[in-house]
Amino acid sequence: MTSYSNSNKNYSKILHETVNKNYKKRMIINKLVTIFAIVCVIAAIIPLGSILLEVVKNGASAISLEFLTQPQGSIGSGRGGVGPAIQGTIIVVGLASLIGAPVGVLAGIYLSEFAKEGVFANSVRFFNDVLTGLPSIVIGIVGYVIIVLAIGSFSVFAGAISLSIIMIPIVVRVTEETLKIVPFSLREAGHSLGISKAKITLSIVLPSAKNGILTGIVIAISRIAGETAPLIMTILGTSLFFTGITGPVDALPLRIWRLASQPYESAHAFGWGSALVLILMILALSIGLRFLAQRRSFKVTI
Amino acid sequence: MRKKRGDRLFYGLVIGAAAYTLLMVGLVAFSVTRGSVDIFSAEGISFVFQSNWNAVEGREAFGAFPYIIGTLLSSAIAMAIGVPISLAIAIFISEIAPPRIGIPLSFITELLAAVPSIIYGLWALFVFRFWVRDLIEKPLYDAFHGSIPFFAKTPFGLDIFTAGIVLAIMIIPIISSICREVMRVVPDSQREAAYSLGATRWETVRMAVFPYIKSGLVGAAMLGLGRAVGETILVTMIIGNVIGPGAIPTSFFSQGQTLASLVANEFNEASSDLHLSALIALGAILLVLTMGINIVARLLVKKKIKISSGAKSQ
Amino acid sequence: MAIEETIEADEAMTEGDRLTRKPTIKESIENTEKFKVRIENVNGWYGGKRAIKDINLNVREKTVTAFIGPSGCGKTTLLRCLNRMHEMTPGAHADGRVVVDGIDIYDKSIDPVVIRRRIGMVFQKPNPFPTMSIFDNVAAGLRLNGMRNKTIVKEIVEESLKNAALWEEVKNELEKPGMSLSGGQQQRLCIARALAMQPEVLLMDEPTSSLDPIGSSKIEQLVRTLKDSVTIIIVTHNMQQAARVSDFTAFMYLGDLIEYGSTNQIFMNPEKELTERYISGKFG
Repeated sequence: MTSYSNSNKNYSKILHETVNKNYKKRMIINKLVTIFAIVCVIAAIIPLGSILLEVVKNGASAISLEFLTQPQGSIGSGRGGVGPAIQGTIIVVGLASLIGAPVGVLAGIYLSEFAKEGVFANSVRFFNDVLTGLPSIVIGIVGYVIIVLAIGSFSVFAGAISLSIIMIPIVVRVTEETLKIVPFSLREAGHSLGISKAKITLSIVLPSAKNGILTGIVIAISRIAGETAPLIMTILGTSLFFTGITGPVDALPLRIWRLASQPYESAHAFGWGSALVLILMILALSIGLRFLAQRRSFKVTI
Repeated sequence: MRKKRGDRLFYGLVIGAAAYTLLMVGLVAFSVTRGSVDIFSAEGISFVFQSNWNAVEGREAFGAFPYIIGTLLSSAIAMAIGVPISLAIAIFISEIAPPRIGIPLSFITELLAAVPSIIYGLWALFVFRFWVRDLIEKPLYDAFHGSIPFFAKTPFGLDIFTAGIVLAIMIIPIISSICREVMRVVPDSQREAAYSLGATRWETVRMAVFPYIKSGLVGAAMLGLGRAVGETILVTMIIGNVIGPGAIPTSFFSQGQTLASLVANEFNEASSDLHLSALIALGAILLVLTMGINIVARLLVKKKIKISSGAKSQ
Repeated sequence: MAIEETIEADEAMTEGDRLTRKPTIKESIENTEKFKVRIENVNGWYGGKRAIKDINLNVREKTVTAFIGPSGCGKTTLLRCLNRMHEMTPGAHADGRVVVDGIDIYDKSIDPVVIRRRIGMVFQKPNPFPTMSIFDNVAAGLRLNGMRNKTIVKEIVEESLKNAALWEEVKNELEKPGMSLSGGQQQRLCIARALAMQPEVLLMDEPTSSLDPIGSSKIEQLVRTLKDSVTIIIVTHNMQQAARVSDFTAFMYLGDLIEYGSTNQIFMNPEKELTERYISGKFG
């Protein structure tokens, strides 16, 4: 082994000795970290597997036509179903989406296409970020104070507004990020043809970002479909079918919670069944999106 | 002419939608303040430090202290377990695994994030708590209950400890996916510099990747913390639901209560306006806590991604 | 063959021939000390695509060897095969033998981590660790290997910075962040960092292509002085640079080694037409 000809000390030899002394230890540490990483990955997958397994295993037996369409029989009887909850989820989530999606997309368009560096634009962006992190129970409080107290009763409307507060910031962020990816040259081409900004956005930019935005909306809807806390204080959760926008209604997450707290096996079984229905509904929504977006590839990060 | 009006209409719509965002924030601030005004004028700031929780009419007294402790403790457990595991997963997917394993794996972690918390709660209540009780809590109790006070109470599986573990499972996808995103920003030239000095893979991560994005990793952890702090329905199903001074946990296996879980539990049965106001005030405290965490977190993550893309272009 | 005949036959060969033909077993044993790095039948792959084909090349110790050729010819791939960095790219692998001081670094029993300590590398764009000071950057490799003796670390850092012709400029500011230096200085910092590991071979991948002319010429000067202590292999797309700094030059094209010989011979009297065309700027 050669050493530097112009060095006084034999650093090479010293280094060589140090390296050899520590080599084994370093290799062991590296191996341990790798093993730890693999163990952690497995540890993260196990709960997912278990959850899916339990939901399917316990929920499948509860599902029947009666389960899907009938209201719950007397408590503990094991008869009836969660029909009102399914209906309620569809209505409340649907209404929330009708409010949340357009507002979210429009606000996202504002931030991406129209906003200039100013107090208004910056605060919109900042507070939108703040809103994404709000605890859902607080959002329930908002729904309660603003709507339930104003109207005087627990209502579909309160629930929908609350869920939309959760949905909008997600859609805004996804829309803005997706639009940012659309190359500027598209807009330039429109400008050079003398087309107005509104038309450029609607006819040129938006269509090319369609898939990404659609994904974002579906992710947001999946998120609010599973939310429980805001519903506790806004829709109350009854065992009746929909009676009107200003009346209370049931929803799957809420129903699951109530069923889980009851001491009867049949109620628990209904709970698992409802969980299965909820997951299937969310899954159906996401798969529905695949069909819509089959043309182009897209990437969205929340 | 018609075109111009259409344009103005569109512009009005987008501005209106953006303004609606600010409006929502205002509504949040308003409702939380308005709702908690009653209790704060009745008890003042001592509400935050008291432990009583008495809804009996005429003898009402409410205090948030035990639930603040419960929130902090359950989140601390969640972080202690969740952060190292999230980092390990991020390292595995980003630095160790080849793409054909890494991509499906990150998909699976995204799936974990998509499970609604009510279903986590259901699973935790009927399945997981028994695993925790039998595989972790009983052995720990048997080994330590005499010596370490933190393991004192007889474990049933519905306690702060289990809540902390399930919260950890819930925040792992969030933290690890942001960690991965930040790790991606580190240029390969940095890793190559470390490897060319004869570093092992772990040493490369430790020397070239982590320091580059340190604040981003902290930000990711804090975002996870924000989620853990605000989680409601899962916690209320497995934490044991106690109130009053007894709700201050003395051991890992104590039953507990968090700010969010108590609100969820009692809201529909609030017996008086003052009671309701106390619950809303709990929400206010939670709000301040969460906002603080999330603002700091986002600043840290954004700064890291911005700096790094700037440096990359040099 | 008798020794005398071998010597005669040797002298009758051109330098180029001697260096590119496959060695006999006798020569292998004799020449182990003369040739620091012996590249034998090396192929480099990216997935299923073979980027460098059957390269045979012997590098003498304490010389500067340049790999030249047009973009995409495989010179960087070959360089990265010499310290087993090539296989770090997902899907990439290499086969063949690279014998350094008698040890085949591609042998199954060898750990690449050990190799990379003995064969240092300097990259195209300077890549000092941004969160570390100048001192810590140079000491990074030492500390990695567990060298705790502060005195020795300090000595080695100082000597490495001197060997990299950077000491005078930074000796009073060792605590400043590595990124606060100019591009040329950062590159010399990276060289110092590599030298601190006392490598026997230093690989340089287009080290001056991101630097200004003054920075570049400083590095070129450095290379000429360093070769007395380290064997240097440098990839460059700048022919004039190769002519200026190297003793031997290898010309590659589309993954093949076209010609290899002393720099003088390659540039003044190339044997292959392709080499001649490249040298005279007719393509690439």
